[in-house]
Amino acid sequence: MSETTRIIPKPKKNKIGLWFIYSALLLIYIWAFSGMGLPEIKQTAGQISKAIFSGIFHPDWNYISEPGGEDLLHGLLDTLAIAILGTFISAFLCIPFAFWSAANMSKGRAIPSFGKFALSFIRTFPELVMAIMFIKAVGPGSFAGVLALGLHSIGMLGKLFSEEIENMDSGPTEALIATGANRIQTLWFAIIPQVIPGFLSYTLYRFEINVRSATILGVIGAGGIGTPLIFALTSRDWNRVGIILIGIIVMVTMIDLISGYLRKKFI
Amino acid sequence: MNPEQKRTIPPSPSKIKGYITAILFIILIWGSSVKTESSIGEFIVGFPNIMDLLGQMFPPNWGYFNNITDAMLETIRMAVIGTTFGAILSIPVTLFSASNLVQNAWIFYPVRFILNLIRTIPDLLLAAIFVAIFGLGSLPGILSLTVFSIGIIAKLTYEAIESIDQGPLEAMTAVGANKIQLIVFGVIPQVLAYFISYILYTFEINVRAAAVLGLVGAGGIGLFYNKTLGFLEYDKASSIILYTLVVVLFIDFISTKLREKLI
Repeated sequence: MSETTRIIPKPKKNKIGLWFIYSALLLIYIWAFSGMGLPEIKQTAGQISKAIFSGIFHPDWNYISEPGGEDLLHGLLDTLAIAILGTFISAFLCIPFAFWSAANMSKGRAIPSFGKFALSFIRTFPELVMAIMFIKAVGPGSFAGVLALGLHSIGMLGKLFSEEIENMDSGPTEALIATGANRIQTLWFAIIPQVIPGFLSYTLYRFEINVRSATILGVIGAGGIGTPLIFALTSRDWNRVGIILIGIIVMVTMIDLISGYLRKKFI
Repeated sequence: MNPEQKRTIPPSPSKIKGYITAILFIILIWGSSVKTESSIGEFIVGFPNIMDLLGQMFPPNWGYFNNITDAMLETIRMAVIGTTFGAILSIPVTLFSASNLVQNAWIFYPVRFILNLIRTIPDLLLAAIFVAIFGLGSLPGILSLTVFSIGIIAKLTYEAIESIDQGPLEAMTAVGANKIQLIVFGVIPQVLAYFISYILYTFEINVRAAAVLGLVGAGGIGLFYNKTLGFLEYDKASSIILYTLVVVLFIDFISTKLREKLI
């Protein structure tokens, strides 16, 4: 037993490949940082951040509910309504897209992959830009926000729904076809019951995202709490910024909790 | 039991719950559409405007691509730097919020609570606040992407750490390793691939986010949306959208390929 400390040789790694990755990373960082230049920090930055912090800790409680309707609760309710309606619209509109791009719903590969491309095109189109376009069409206000969220969410929901359809069990469908059911009957009795829980869960998940998105739509005038927030930021009313931020955080957290609870019940 | 009793169909479960849910849901949708003043009529009235807009957008102004390449590169730079700082800063946050590394609930619950708070604030709101503090430019954009990235990367990574194999950690504790040795030799080899994959995933999200941060004045290509849409130059706006689409799809493609190799 003389060889108690035998050194195990290290496994040979692909050294050249690693060096290639490291140098590529280095080049990317050199490019990224050299292009930025030195950041100029304004003299007032410290002062303003202090003001924002004191605003968050001394929020403008009176703003929560004011006579006249231009207050925090109305803004949050508006935001919530935009998110609910936008999610509802997209949950309906994305169903045809989902069946279109699910690989097991059509023969051949061309149709589903074209559907997948359409969905990823919709996903990449920023919702704020969509909102700007809808503002041109229906005028500024919450409706433009609803339409933007409704259209943009199709991209993600359609993708998730089509994956849900692809992952379902094909047994019930085959059994129904064997007993002579037509396409609509198989859809109604075999496919829909299997995918409904997944659809509902993804819709709720997207609703959580849409609540966050709806809070920023107001920045460009598409309704919700974002508009008073931008006004408060530009008029440097930090106490009001504080209460709006607290309102957003509380609302989003509550929605996440409720939606998470419901999603656990579905699946 | 006589055969007749056997054949009776069991009563279907009460449907009251379903009806109440449906009624509540309809009230919710109806209330929201009243609140947002949405109506199908208004949409149909506005529909020709949308078609008109799309018609004006359709032949994109190809010459405009040269003008926006610099801004596009700035957008990618912002995403790279923001993601990197976010990843670096998320390492300590991750270690303090993993319940199998820090056994003290007084530490990991507060850290996770702060992480949850960070994730509730959308990136554009962060950018608007940072623009108010630091003025226009790409610095507020980078800062908001950094904060936003910490929220995502730290959350995903601490969940990965909590699901690692405990065997190596126990073995190392048994031979007397301290906390740092435990992390370096027990945790990092197990989660490094996931960590890098999450960084790439966050980078994809950040490229998309950086493309619109300019709308609130935080640098990048978003500034040009304001310019072109403000002057009603829709052909230029559509070339920005197309350019963004190409860049985002390209980055997504590379990043997805890399992530598939990692895991």
